[in-house]
Amino acid sequence: MQVPAPFEYERATSVDHAIALMERLGSEARIVAGGHSLLPMMKLRLATPEYLIDINDLSAELEYIRIEGDEVRIGALTRHRQLLESDELAAVLPIFRDAEKVIADPIVRNRGTLGGSLCQADPSEDLSAVCDAVGASCVIRSTTGERVVSMHDFHRGPYETAVGDGEMLTEVRVPIRPNSSSAYHKVERRAGDWAVASAGAAVTMDGDVIADGRVGLCAVGPNLTNVEPISAALRGQAPSEELYARVGQIAADNASPSADTRGTAAYKTHLAKELTIRSLRKAVARATGQD
Amino acid sequence: MTVVEESTNAVPTPDNNLNDQKPAGFGRMLRKEDPRFVRGMGQYCDDVELPGMLHLAILRSPYAHARIVSIDKTAAEAHPKVKAVITGEDLAASNLAWMPTLSNDVQAVLATDKVRFQHQEVAFVVAEDRYSARDALELIDVEYDPLPAVIDVRKALAPDAPIIRDDLDGKTNNHCFEWEAGDKAATDAVFADADAAEDGIVVTEDIVYPRVHPAPMETCGCVADVERVSGKLTLWCTTQAPHAHRTVYALVAGLPEHKIRIIAPDIGGGFGNKVPIYPGYVCAIVASLVIGKPVKWMEDRTENLVSTGFARDYVMRGEIAATRDGKIRAIRTEVLADHGAFNGTAAPVKYPAGFFGVFTGSYDLEAAYAHMDAVYTNKAPGGVAYACSFRITEAVYLVERMVDVLAHDLDMDPAELRLKNFIQPDQFPYESKTGWIYDSGDYEPAMRKAMAMAGYDELRREQAEKRERGELMGIGISFFTEAVGAGPRKDMDILGLGMADGCELRVHPTGKAVVRLSVKTQGQGHETTFAQIIAEEIGIPPEDIDVVHGDTDNTPFGLGTYGSRSTPVSGAAAALVARKVRDKAQIIASGMLEASVADIEYEAGAFRVKGDPEKSVTIQDIAMKAHGAGDLPDGLEGGLEAQICYNPENLTYPFGAYICVVDIDPGTAEVTVRRFIAVDDCGTQINPMIIEGQVHGGLADGVGMALMEMIAFDEDGNCVSGTLMDYLIPTAMEVPDWETGHTVTPSPHHPIGAKGIGESATVGSPPAIVNAVIDALKPYGVRHADMPLTPSRVWETMQGNHTPPI
Repeated sequence: MQVPAPFEYERATSVDHAIALMERLGSEARIVAGGHSLLPMMKLRLATPEYLIDINDLSAELEYIRIEGDEVRIGALTRHRQLLESDELAAVLPIFRDAEKVIADPIVRNRGTLGGSLCQADPSEDLSAVCDAVGASCVIRSTTGERVVSMHDFHRGPYETAVGDGEMLTEVRVPIRPNSSSAYHKVERRAGDWAVASAGAAVTMDGDVIADGRVGLCAVGPNLTNVEPISAALRGQAPSEELYARVGQIAADNASPSADTRGTAAYKTHLAKELTIRSLRKAVARATGQD
Repeated sequence: MTVVEESTNAVPTPDNNLNDQKPAGFGRMLRKEDPRFVRGMGQYCDDVELPGMLHLAILRSPYAHARIVSIDKTAAEAHPKVKAVITGEDLAASNLAWMPTLSNDVQAVLATDKVRFQHQEVAFVVAEDRYSARDALELIDVEYDPLPAVIDVRKALAPDAPIIRDDLDGKTNNHCFEWEAGDKAATDAVFADADAAEDGIVVTEDIVYPRVHPAPMETCGCVADVERVSGKLTLWCTTQAPHAHRTVYALVAGLPEHKIRIIAPDIGGGFGNKVPIYPGYVCAIVASLVIGKPVKWMEDRTENLVSTGFARDYVMRGEIAATRDGKIRAIRTEVLADHGAFNGTAAPVKYPAGFFGVFTGSYDLEAAYAHMDAVYTNKAPGGVAYACSFRITEAVYLVERMVDVLAHDLDMDPAELRLKNFIQPDQFPYESKTGWIYDSGDYEPAMRKAMAMAGYDELRREQAEKRERGELMGIGISFFTEAVGAGPRKDMDILGLGMADGCELRVHPTGKAVVRLSVKTQGQGHETTFAQIIAEEIGIPPEDIDVVHGDTDNTPFGLGTYGSRSTPVSGAAAALVARKVRDKAQIIASGMLEASVADIEYEAGAFRVKGDPEKSVTIQDIAMKAHGAGDLPDGLEGGLEAQICYNPENLTYPFGAYICVVDIDPGTAEVTVRRFIAVDDCGTQINPMIIEGQVHGGLADGVGMALMEMIAFDEDGNCVSGTLMDYLIPTAMEVPDWETGHTVTPSPHHPIGAKGIGESATVGSPPAIVNAVIDALKPYGVRHADMPLTPSRVWETMQGNHTPPI
């Protein structure tokens, strides 16, 4: 049995309580939600926090999927399983269900959370790519109030986010646009494995042309939130296989993956292209009612 | 005689649950051990809790190769919950720093001079709880002087390679052993002839079987308890071979053998991983001796993957000489075997390459020759593990891959090529060109049955259509023959211990019985299978027979369960011990029925007077008579029991025909195993449900090895497969619904005609899957690619960039 280094543990009774604890305990404190990234790292002693603040009792404040006007608000403690099973969410943002079907396994999905996934900021983490693609923003709270940052600003690099000491991610907001849809494709070596590479796409149609399109990539290099040349190439263009191929090539050109046991750099670069094409094709088909 | 039976894939219904019968002998029945397992009531090593028990944790090397400059353990010793901190130097004082391996090499229990692989054992801590023991490891300060490491096996024999085993006298290179089989001159002559002949062909391919790991769900561990007054050691241990371990401890540690009791409780998977003696066991025994309290050591998942018995790691060059019309004439191979830092292979002494000598497969050849160099590298020791039947996995992979290479070059159907070259039924017993005596076989019916189940011709038609559309579909075949059931004591032993197995059977007065085995189940279902063997022979129902195993104080001597040897060896012992009891029962029956012994006939638990079927007694009646009052026939002792030690006359040679169908996504190179058809012949079947279970598990293993599993290292020798996130094993999502069938060709020398089945599917399935993938990639001109066929490796192969995995 792998055992973590000694740590102290406290169960938060409210979001305010959790934030107060974070502020008091400083950088050696970590929030634990589902724990499916943090606890394995602690057991391998790759992470050795001195304090764990457990927020699993805060469902009333942090566990929800609400469609309010032209946006979806998702509480940070919302579990993967809820993202997978929510028909309301799938109706407006099918990319979430696409991704959740291939995230880990049922045991992890029962416990793991949206907020935990984004804050872990693993470069192979699926929901970051999803949130990139759909143009999500993140609500970060501290004792002094709330701030809202785009995914672009939220992501600072591998395992690094905009959430500072004494702060907590509480909500993710995703805009809902008419004539829009989204899709996600992932290649993994085995069910439950991290992505070899994956791509998520979201498009908004204006008649026969793409008014706005975004692609989020995963596991093919740093700083791939909202690849701007992709959006520029899609804007105002009629969807076609030639367009997808061109955009896929832009994705490949922007990828800078490293070789590891999951694959060679050349293969991952190829996947950036291939999966971008598949995601765009699917998203457009859905947005135009052809799926 | 071979019996071809209908497939047994019938789905049980509430009215007809095929697996819930109550046979009085052979047949389907639910496993007797499963009620405790499905209720979570199994008792494993880690469930053992003793009063005052302490916990042991091992400090391991961060380097693959480094000299140990100094070890400072004062801070660890000062930890309030630590009872002892022991280093290699401490063990050396008692001459315990090194121990023998099962292959007559030595292995460091704790490193003294230098570390030779990453995660090698360097020191251990004993503490009041496992958390403190683990925490205190970080307080031990070891200074290392890193050395260059040998990681690429192909560079191990280079003149400038660092010498790993400088502990061995006069060792000036990394050569471990050399081995050969077959007739080199005769083989070379056939190759020269085939090369020169107009109608001849020679094919060559480099084939790697990468390092993989059995990764049993339960890791290795033990609880050692040296009783202070008597000095008796009781060791609860995750061992597949409790008796062999006891004798080795007695010979090595100087403990008297009667003062050692090894108990192997329920085991959560072995696959060969639990055959060797690991340093951790020795550390726990030493700790209990030193401290006088029971000590538990259970390795964690990472320790299991990075330090215990790995499998395979053969770099092979295969060659076939044949005629252009597809008659295989000879096979030749040159092998470079990576044995890690210590030769920890568990194989019969005269077989350092295990049974790799059966690389001639199921084919009738003119000649064959293999040559092997085994080398040391800075990697974990091991070698024979993961259900490999003593290296037959590598042998079968080599020959079945090479036959497909030949089919590729001849543009011939691989099924047709195999059918053309099989050893024929009238050739058995067949002596192979490497000296193995195949006991029985009838290959064509098994092959034809698999092809019929698969709808082979229809699959080929479908494939042709799909190729027209640019879709990638592959059909792969393997036909394997194994040699299992080690082994005849005339030439097989491990550390001087003969590979025979004992068995004791005692029938109680009320007709219930206890049978004691020397082998040890790790999930194979011995408690059911062996009860069925006894039931078949003497008619006591399986549920009335208690099967005792895994405790050296309560079972007869024998070498344990691995290499598919339980049914071929111990199963034969069980049948013969039951016949001994039956013979005595017949004498008692003759007294009870007042007839001569020769006039008594036995059938299904009843003894009858020939020609007078009304006069009969049951085995239960006889048991009471044997223990009861009144006279027994003259000269007969009371009681109804017997014991035996069975020495197998030969190995048994199970075989099978496997067909795999895969689809490959041309855009992402992902492989999907769509269908898998497995026709096995393990001779007489005892419990077909258990056999199917063994086959299902082995096929899943094959999917893992073919598509995802590999213990990998970076160039510095860091193992990068130390968690189950990195070392992938297949899930239900990656495997199809298995389609199983069987033929029955009994073994002529086994008392009930049974052959081993435990490893057939692990041995036979990887080449079928790889052959299917290569077949799918035929439009890309692909002739070979190595395992594991991850999407990345398949895609690189499609680009013409295939590189071997190591």
